Amino acid sequence: MEEPRIGVYVCHCGTNIAGTVDVEEVAKYAETLPHVVVARHYPYTCSDPGQELIKKDIKELGVNRVVVASCSPRLHEKTFQGVLREAGLNPYLFQMANIREQCSWLHEPGPELTEKAKRMVGAAVNRVSRHVPLEMRAVPIFPATLVVGGGIAGMQAALEIANSNHMVYIVEREPSIGGHMAQFDKTFPTLDCAACILTPRMTEVSRHPFIRILTYSEVVAISGYVGNFKIKIRRKPRYVDEGKCIGCLVCQEKCPWTALSEFNAGTSKRKAIYTPFPQAVPNIPVIDAEHCAYFLKEKCRACEKFCDANAINFEQSELIFELEVGNIIIATGFDTFDASSIPQYGYGRYPNVFTSMEFERLCSPTGPTEGHIILADGRQPESVAIVHCVGSRDKNYNEYCSRVCCMHALKYSHLIKEKTNAAIYQMYIDMRCFGKGYEEFYNRISNEGVNFIRGKVAKVTDEAIAEEEKGKLIVLVEDTLLGTMLRVPVDMVILCIALEPRKDANEVARLFHLGRSADGFFLERHPKLDPVATMSEGILIAGCCQGPKDIPDSVAQASAAAARALAMIARGKIEVPAITAAIDETECSGCRICNLLCPYDAIFFDDEAKVSRINQVMCQGCGVCAAACPSGAITHNYFTVEEITAEIEGVLA
Amino acid sequence: MSFEPKIVGFLCNWCSYAGADLAGISRLKCAPNVHIIRMMCSGGISPLFILKALEAGADGVLICGCSPGDCHYKEGNYKTLRRITLLKKMLEQLGIEQERVQLHWVCASCGDEFVDVVNKITAEVKELGPLQAGVKSRV
Ligand code: FES
Repeated sequence: MEEPRIGVYVCHCGTNIAGTVDVEEVAKYAETLPHVVVARHYPYTCSDPGQELIKKDIKELGVNRVVVASCSPRLHEKTFQGVLREAGLNPYLFQMANIREQCSWLHEPGPELTEKAKRMVGAAVNRVSRHVPLEMRAVPIFPATLVVGGGIAGMQAALEIANSNHMVYIVEREPSIGGHMAQFDKTFPTLDCAACILTPRMTEVSRHPFIRILTYSEVVAISGYVGNFKIKIRRKPRYVDEGKCIGCLVCQEKCPWTALSEFNAGTSKRKAIYTPFPQAVPNIPVIDAEHCAYFLKEKCRACEKFCDANAINFEQSELIFELEVGNIIIATGFDTFDASSIPQYGYGRYPNVFTSMEFERLCSPTGPTEGHIILADGRQPESVAIVHCVGSRDKNYNEYCSRVCCMHALKYSHLIKEKTNAAIYQMYIDMRCFGKGYEEFYNRISNEGVNFIRGKVAKVTDEAIAEEEKGKLIVLVEDTLLGTMLRVPVDMVILCIALEPRKDANEVARLFHLGRSADGFFLERHPKLDPVATMSEGILIAGCCQGPKDIPDSVAQASAAAARALAMIARGKIEVPAITAAIDETECSGCRICNLLCPYDAIFFDDEAKVSRINQVMCQGCGVCAAACPSGAITHNYFTVEEITAEIEGVLA
Repeated sequence: MSFEPKIVGFLCNWCSYAGADLAGISRLKCAPNVHIIRMMCSGGISPLFILKALEAGADGVLICGCSPGDCHYKEGNYKTLRRITLLKKMLEQLGIEQERVQLHWVCASCGDEFVDVVNKITAEVKELGPLQAGVKSRV
């Protein structure tokens, strides 16, 4: 290796550093350090002239390693690495000393600041002389994309990508795509019918030459790495031959066996052979083996008898197959809060306490009542209480705000008014109407004669203590604006239940190597600047699986995720970062301790050579293996024992 | 002059180093005794580095990682927790007090906690006095 010739650049950062650190003295001190050929101080090193200064020294003085003492490497490491690259130096022959965030800003002014800055620069100089050039490598990618979840977010992402003529696979575990949005009646704040805007989308997706929909299917395993994933899919048996079925639904009509309809949120029955809803895509029924008499008692087969197309096939078995994709977009959506876990609200005990999801179905023309808002006994309600924040903004359940409930609560009052003219009570903690046109919608509903009671509901009961409460549900709530307890007798109660992470979010997170935030939703790479990527390269998230959001936000995030995937597809290859770990095979004893430690399964054991090897593309460079190797056979590049030791000795000098 | 301990701080890049940056950005002030070395993950901090620091003259070592469940590399910090627990047991047998090596979780938005942690370890190590000469041969 050539003799290190180090250039040191101490930044004033205006007065941010120079105000409390004697930058001139630091630069003078740096000049005395071994291998330093030039040490300068400069007002703004990150500015164009500052960068030119470094380039000039590289060219004219033969500087071959660079130390910049300025702000945090989290801010400008990439900037300066770019300077090195442009000047023809390997970007890893560089080290930063963070003398702003972690020195001049962090300690009381005094002579100690200059001393500390000197030690930090000394450590960086000591370390950079041990740095070795590291190479970025380019790996080709599979151009196809996998979208997990066929709700509105998944469909949006799929369309965006497929419209560029690149293949997309949508894996959906239900018999039809559509997701929760298909269950909604109207959408706020425009009150357009959800089905009217959703079903054309679903058809577009199903007809798209670059989209393949895999319904009733689940991802069971994934291997590989960004750009090169191998996905194992399990397709559950439908017992209906998709090639033969013409979607006439005679089978559904003739089937004598029933179960609760998932699509109608349990408010009605469906058959054992069924399509979840009339506009289902694909419009091919499935046999629910748990409720089908043939599977339970080996008799019936009515559907088979009536199917003219001979599409029923009781012998079908599950199918396992593999896909190769470069990017994965997770859009698995949400589950709703189980209202019966707040027993004092009476859900499950009183038939006229509904959840928001049930009410959506009740309101919908395709729902169990064909859109009539009626009580369990068939009467029209004369008064309705809409309870906000059930399971949201409540430390006992979910601390977060579910973001959509205020708005759908307002929507409900409009729909109820329109259809029944009942008296309506909104019991809210705060009205949060933050989106485009939302505040306007709130104002509009406020003028429709809705009673707003600010307070959290304590209890829903049927124990009447006054004549007018008899036969009613009484909602106990504190009106915090008046400071009094109220008893509000109503016919119907609607609980606006929280949006929660999917029940199996943990398994999905494990499968796709995702993190989860404290609320249980999938963790984005950066809460502000990168809400679509995850810590796993090539795996993106969109929609409610990342956190509760409304339809416009889900769609926007899905498009963003698609753009990210398309960027990689357009490049056709990926640059793999140089900071990885590598095994010196001559030192490896084959103990395999590292194999299990790797969080990315990047380390495998070569049975023939009896040593462990690291897949350089899968390795993310955390260094956990290097820290554990008892033989010291693993090098964590850019964080080697020599480099870190040099830095340790430097800061303690 | 009173004894000013020298402490080496190993911070993971994703949470703790960002937390330390945030402390500076928020202009919080803490003792200048901790010298920070940036690592990718607390799980990549080899016990060897901690021993090296003590050998090279540090009076204490601070290790900071993301809060449990938040590690950028999923579970690195759980490994750190196990390693540091074991290492501290070993150090105690060598006569090095437990307080000299401390592990704390500092999240990216925890500037104030970072400052507390730095002041805590500085005060505690100050109280213990310099890591006694001769320790070099014991390590
Ligand atoms: S990245 Fe912070 S502890 Fe692993």
